[in-house]
Amino acid sequence: MRADLELIYDWVPDNARILDLGCGDGTLLAALARHKNVTGYGLEIDPEGIAACLGKGVNVLEQDLDDGLANFVDDACDVVVMTQALQALRRPDTMLDEMLRVAPECIIAFPNFAYWKHRLHLTFRGRMPVSRSLPHAWYDTPNIHLSTFQDFSNLCRAKGVTIADRAVGSADHEGHWSSRWWPNLFGETAIFRVRRGR
Amino acid sequence: MSASFPPDSVGLVTPQVAAFESPLALACGKTLDRFELIYETYGTLNAERSNAVLICHALSGHHHAAGYHDPEDRKPGWWDAYIGPGKVIDTDRFFVVSLNNLGGCHGSTGPASVDPQTGREWGPTFPVMTVADWVHSQARLADRLGIERFAAVVGGSLGGMQAMQWTIAYPERVANAAVIAATPRLSAQNIAFNEVARQAIRSDPDFHDGWYGAQAAIPKLGLKLARMIGHITYLSEHSMGARFGRDLRSDQLNFGYDVEFQVESYLRHQGDTFSTRFDANTYLLMTKALDYFDPAGQHGGDLAAALAPVTCPYLVISFTTDWRFAPARSQELVNALLRAGKSVSYVNVDSPHGHDAFLLPNAQYEAVFGSFMRRVYADIAGETA
Repeated sequence: MRADLELIYDWVPDNARILDLGCGDGTLLAALARHKNVTGYGLEIDPEGIAACLGKGVNVLEQDLDDGLANFVDDACDVVVMTQALQALRRPDTMLDEMLRVAPECIIAFPNFAYWKHRLHLTFRGRMPVSRSLPHAWYDTPNIHLSTFQDFSNLCRAKGVTIADRAVGSADHEGHWSSRWWPNLFGETAIFRVRRGR
Repeated sequence: MSASFPPDSVGLVTPQVAAFESPLALACGKTLDRFELIYETYGTLNAERSNAVLICHALSGHHHAAGYHDPEDRKPGWWDAYIGPGKVIDTDRFFVVSLNNLGGCHGSTGPASVDPQTGREWGPTFPVMTVADWVHSQARLADRLGIERFAAVVGGSLGGMQAMQWTIAYPERVANAAVIAATPRLSAQNIAFNEVARQAIRSDPDFHDGWYGAQAAIPKLGLKLARMIGHITYLSEHSMGARFGRDLRSDQLNFGYDVEFQVESYLRHQGDTFSTRFDANTYLLMTKALDYFDPAGQHGGDLAAALAPVTCPYLVISFTTDWRFAPARSQELVNALLRAGKSVSYVNVDSPHGHDAFLLPNAQYEAVFGSFMRRVYADIAGETA
């Protein structure tokens, strides 16, 4: 399993009901179901990802995240997870509200635009960064709302959302996760665990 | 003999008839004292009897879902694209049961059968069936075949409603449900189309209030119109346009009312063919079963409450251009299952073919449905291992 998913796996409590937004091939949900008795649903729009989920017995719904989560009632589940999708949403801020309506706790992983290599790319080449975590060119990227570790922290504060945990790691998802040492500069991928209210 | 069939065909199949002598109480208040169901099976029931899949048919469907009745048959069963060795419903793995519903006109007890109490044809006095009645009768067939629990109950359109009803009425007997191009209830527009079809049949002079059998008549015109109306709702505007456009049969306009446009010719042909092979009373009855289906109705309109008994995972599939039972109808079902906290997966398959898409080959449809069925089988294999 990808290292960001491993960290999320650890953060999800046993027996939780979860919603995985952009669940891909369902690896995380399948592992959580098998080992932690977690139940829930994945939302995905990629046909291959959906077929892979079905093959694993993961509940998957073809649903575009930009259409919102209106079909889920308040507190429909315990934890909402979203990996590598925040930056591709039309309104990441309203999605954060929606996620915290559907569950009291959310875990969100996204590429940190302030990673030092991205900064160097922009500073010295004068071009939009292209990297392992951001592999697309500026004109065809699905990532329309790039943000930084710091930006997301600020958004949470502005919304009165509690940051329970946060960590950064590298995009190849190796090595250990840390939040201690200048994460906004050295973290390639950011992961936040946030809760409703202060 | 079977060498002439494609390798992924179940080949030559022979229907069987099961007779039931104990009364079946119906939703309308009447009782069928005895009845027969005609059915086909494909594949082999395993020793644990855990690999059975029930196929529920749609409005004009029947038991012949796959394979051929005769080496000379030009066409295989109605869902042959999805049932066979190595296909989505893999007959190398599953024991597939497909029947003709009660009230049908393909061999199960229906309006053309003899009413044992009067000694003459049931005709219009055959009880109006509901989806729930069908499911009870299907459960009898399952008992007869020694199937305690289906690995999956599968159906498209009206067949999907039966799959839904199975999970409500017999949750312990369904391990998985696939509900395809269906709806948890008909819209006013759906009922309106059905009513026009019924009126077409009932106003045909050859209908004789449903006693056409005794008159040796067939309300062909009415059936033809009913089918033409229905057929329009099965196709999408796009698929009709792509297939026929405004093409004319001859190269000029004739300023008359004979067939001129290709789409007219096609619809008339569909209607004519249907009118000679389908029973008018059955058609009326099937459309009523569609209109009546509304599991939420008994729960104050709360579909999630109606689905409370469900214990099995659902796969719900809709098709992007289906306007008869539009994707939004499938999403109603999905959202109710979500509210009820049930296991459900949903895919809206991209297809230009409207409602008919559920019968047609489609790579995305086959991929998701196939993945689901492989998992269904893996669960069985895991249980027996």
